[in-house]
Amino acid sequence: MKNFNEKVFKAITHIAALFTIACLGGIIITIFHEGFPILKYAGLIEFFGVEWHPTHFPADFGITALIIGSVVVTIGALLIAIPFGVGSAIYISEIAGNRTKEIIKPIIELLAGIPSVVYGLFGMAFLAPFLIKVFGIPNGLNALSASIILGVMVIPIISSMSEDALSSVPKSLREASLALGATKWETIIKVVLPAAKTGVMGSIILGFGRAIGETMVVIMVAGGAAQIPTSLFQPVRPMTAAVASEMGETVIGSPHFHALYGISVVLFIITFITNFITEFVFLKRRNK
Amino acid sequence: MKNKFEKIVLLSIVMMLLLTPCFAKRNKVTIAGSTTVLPIAQATAEIFMDNNPEVNISVRGGGSSVGIASIMAGTVDIGNASRHIKTKELVAARESGINPVEHIVANDGIAVVLHIDNSVKALTMVQLKDIYVGKIQNWKEVGGKNLPIVVISRDVSSGTFEVFNKLVLKGAKSVDGALMLASNNAVVTTISSTPGAIGYAGLGYITNKVKAIPINKVMPTVKTIQTKKYPISRTLHMYTNGVPKGLVKKYINFVLSPEGQAIIEEQGFIKID
Repeated sequence: MKNFNEKVFKAITHIAALFTIACLGGIIITIFHEGFPILKYAGLIEFFGVEWHPTHFPADFGITALIIGSVVVTIGALLIAIPFGVGSAIYISEIAGNRTKEIIKPIIELLAGIPSVVYGLFGMAFLAPFLIKVFGIPNGLNALSASIILGVMVIPIISSMSEDALSSVPKSLREASLALGATKWETIIKVVLPAAKTGVMGSIILGFGRAIGETMVVIMVAGGAAQIPTSLFQPVRPMTAAVASEMGETVIGSPHFHALYGISVVLFIITFITNFITEFVFLKRRNK
Repeated sequence: MKNKFEKIVLLSIVMMLLLTPCFAKRNKVTIAGSTTVLPIAQATAEIFMDNNPEVNISVRGGGSSVGIASIMAGTVDIGNASRHIKTKELVAARESGINPVEHIVANDGIAVVLHIDNSVKALTMVQLKDIYVGKIQNWKEVGGKNLPIVVISRDVSSGTFEVFNKLVLKGAKSVDGALMLASNNAVVTTISSTPGAIGYAGLGYITNKVKAIPINKVMPTVKTIQTKKYPISRTLHMYTNGVPKGLVKKYINFVLSPEGQAIIEEQGFIKID
């Protein structure tokens, strides 16, 4: 009987694992199957061209401006989120007393629970007019405002994961460093942070994935202009925004439809590569 | 006894399931076509089905050309189009023995909207086009303050964009830096907080936080859109093969009735005169 239970349990978990793989497989097959036909209409060079006018006649399906839009807001978000995320992680793990820690940690994690549409509304109704006033720019929905909102969204991811990594650094390392006469600051920067490097890098890559995949916020805040921006104050149209806002109205099976799936393929490849890097580079090093 | 009762219930359920397709087939209306007319067709069909539970209406999008092509192919009962049927299509339809009949079901008008503090009081269609293609980039060129124009447009696949693109841009590409927003509400909200903005939205979405301006000296109102005096307006159509009969007739009459027109107004369109 015990053996039987054991087997059932094993089978259930096995099915659960297979289910996830099956879903992933289904998604991969669908996006590649629907995405590749765009090359029949546009060709690889045109597909990576600059002009995105999918409903114009004749249509242009160049997605470079969309890719650059995604990259710009993602890098912008990370530039904001890394200092604040890692900084707060260091404070919570190394500096704050137990009571402050108990207050700050849940508050930062609460940020992660706010739905993205709320962030988007905040960006549209508050941040955009604010940026117009502060910088005297004509338009508040731009790459900068999207970066700021995305950055704030990514902070809790980086913060809580980095904090876990910092906390798991053995106490003996810190004590050894302090015993050798290093200050607290030197200990954190030169001993604890390098020891927790894998975890911190992992949190940044996870934050990158969150930022590049986020859709609602960029639809609402990035401005949506399919152009290569020459400054942070210009509107951009990240890939996710293009797919989500255009898919609903496009004719199934049309070149535009396949182009949107083509964008999904590119997005998939980008996230796949980042996950691949995390898995192999960082985990391998940890195993050594 | 109990067992017998259960059997009867089960049997009747099975019978009902088997018979449903037969009933459904008889009371089915199929609609396809323009994505602009889609919300009208969907909303009216829902209420119509609530009022007549035995009827089943299926509504699909596809675009105006698909709507008219489906009528010509006889695959649907009603084909929706946000434009009139073209002469070429009419000739082809007649040749294959189909007689498309047009029903105007709603009016659609798009207001041009500026920030409330903008001193520009009116624009012409030519100025509007020049602004949207990027030829005019500062409000001082059309009699306003020295302020860069922030061009706001709708997502390229929205019905609103389609009308604006056709009636104002006449097929030209809008300027690359134009903001593309996902909804009429987003356009109005953004304009209300952006001093240099210009945008467009369905008449029903205009709030008192922004200002709609006259185009070619005509102010967008329900009246000017109904009479087509306002230049950025058009009629929306449903096409049937021949004069509608039976259920199709009943449905179209419902759409044209005061109740149907009220639903259309709820969807942000203008009722027919």
